[in-house]
Amino acid sequence: MTTSTATPVLRVTDLTTRFNTQDGTVHAVNGVSFDLADGEVLGVVGESGSGKSVTMMSLLRLIPTPPGEIAAGEAIFEGDDLLSMDLGDLREIRGGKVGFIFQDPMTSLNPVVTVGDQIMESLTVHQPARRREMRARALELLQLVGIPSPEDRLRCYPHELSGGMRQRVMIAIALACNPTVLVADEPTTALDVTIQAQILELVKDLRVKLGMAVIWITHDLGVVAGLVDRVLVMYGGQIVEDAPVDEFYAAPRHPYSQGLLASLPSATSRGEKLVNIKGQPPDMRQPPASCSFAPRCPHAFDRCHQENPVLTAVSATRKVSCWLDEVPTIPDTEGAGHGV
Amino acid sequence: MTESGIASQPPASQPYASREKVAATASGAGPKHRSLRGDVWRQFRQHKGALTGLCVFVFVTVASFVGPWLMPYDAVEIDIKMRNLGPTWSHPLGTDNLGRDMVARSMVGGRISLLVAITAMALSVFLGTTIGVLAGFFKRLDGVLMRLTDLFLALPVLPLLLVIIMLFRDSLRAAFGPEQGIFMLIVFIIGVTSWMQTARVVRGEVLTIKQQEFVAAAHSIGTRRRNVIFRHILPNCLSPVMVAAALGMAVAIITESALSFLGLGFPSDFPTWGRLLYDGKDFINLTPMRVVGPGVLISLTVISVNFIGDGLRDALDPKLRSR
Repeated sequence: MTTSTATPVLRVTDLTTRFNTQDGTVHAVNGVSFDLADGEVLGVVGESGSGKSVTMMSLLRLIPTPPGEIAAGEAIFEGDDLLSMDLGDLREIRGGKVGFIFQDPMTSLNPVVTVGDQIMESLTVHQPARRREMRARALELLQLVGIPSPEDRLRCYPHELSGGMRQRVMIAIALACNPTVLVADEPTTALDVTIQAQILELVKDLRVKLGMAVIWITHDLGVVAGLVDRVLVMYGGQIVEDAPVDEFYAAPRHPYSQGLLASLPSATSRGEKLVNIKGQPPDMRQPPASCSFAPRCPHAFDRCHQENPVLTAVSATRKVSCWLDEVPTIPDTEGAGHGV
Repeated sequence: MTESGIASQPPASQPYASREKVAATASGAGPKHRSLRGDVWRQFRQHKGALTGLCVFVFVTVASFVGPWLMPYDAVEIDIKMRNLGPTWSHPLGTDNLGRDMVARSMVGGRISLLVAITAMALSVFLGTTIGVLAGFFKRLDGVLMRLTDLFLALPVLPLLLVIIMLFRDSLRAAFGPEQGIFMLIVFIIGVTSWMQTARVVRGEVLTIKQQEFVAAAHSIGTRRRNVIFRHILPNCLSPVMVAAALGMAVAIITESALSFLGLGFPSDFPTWGRLLYDGKDFINLTPMRVVGPGVLISLTVISVNFIGDGLRDALDPKLRSR
């Protein structure tokens, strides 16, 4: 387990991203703050539309603008703010120091360019060298991500490879320039379970070999348990809990985290109904004025419907945004204890 | 498997060795010598229509450019005694009213017609692709460029052509010589009035491709916008461009014919297929071959170019190629 004692590689403060659509403004990310320590694997979990991907895309300014707009916040990476720096400088970082793996390996590779050329593209941008040298590096990367007979694969077009192979190619592209931070946006969601396991092993392996920090976006809590050091739980475009992984599984503090973990099917109980979190995800077209989870929260009280809780440290290692946790002495008005 | 004991050793290892050999040949010989050009050509050959089209087009082109050297008659040689002949062995397409051999004239006419078609097509495809890509990629330019496209689509082409030719023919002739001047004028006119469809199709295609994840992925590795356009977006909208090029060439040949037919193209001492049609139309009852010959050549070229475009489009798509 990694603790964030040293200066973090990436410090995100109060990131706010909006989409100005025809139906009104969608508040996709609302004041997200987190730190990423050197060499740490950070898992970002949350349901669809909770702002996980948009948060990470915003960091590298990859969201289309318009309709997207990064309204506020800063993301300090190695001393510079990614959100305000010159686009030319940002291009140096994209792919050079921060690698990005996309969700869908079927659509994230250019269908008319060979795999080898696509890997070499990243190298030509950041570490231009002779073609032969770059080819050697591409070959090495394909070997690194475990693609059999890489020589031949370099000349293949993406459609000639399976989904798992393509995802490996995506990983190879992201790793091409030895990034300090690897952002993986649900890289295993489109793959079947066996390939998913292989990719997970691969990333664990590479992380040890290359010593990079990883941000792993997922909605698979099983993946989180096996891979990450620290968990960020997102709901309604906000971080609701930030905890080390073992503490998170042992004792989730936010009611949403509790609901998430409770909804996991267990291996021992058979024939029982799965537990779910009642209600619908929030309408993101309203800026959060109250706790966005309050309508679905079993422990909600008056304050939850009136004020939006902020992410506050509840111990040395974890942060929760919930009024229940704010002042431990507050009387429990509903008479219901909140879990742990 | 009659021998046992000593002999049992080699058979056990042999299959393994041979399997290795198979793997080596499969990975070594097969895909090793693949090149993009080879792949494209292999797929192109699969398309029978395209291959036939290519043969016809090459034949017409070679005949136009080399043929006149081999002909016993000169295209401008006047032989009044032999005028208005029907097809004979020595004059397969007959002669015109000045006794000039129609085969020789069709060959020479093909030179200018094909040159005009290729250059005008190139200009039109270049303009259309550039404007389409700019409009599709840069949202800020979209409105302006597409209104410009609409403007050009709304222009009545024929009256415009008449005015342009009337205005500029003489000054261009004076500047570049009679043939060169009119050539440039006609190429320019055809190119500038036929790029709009290409621009619209390419814009639509770019708008779709721009949304795809691999473009975001290209941005995410720090690729510059120029390279995103040239490496990721343009190659993916190649198929509509190919089709537009084939159609554009057909349109250029036909427009040039129409212009010549109206008497606005090349002067009659520079025969083109359209000009030959125009000159022949008054003699259609007397010597129908004068019209049929160039007419068939125009149609044949247009059809073959369309087939070539079709085949190229298929061959350039890597998904179809690997089938």
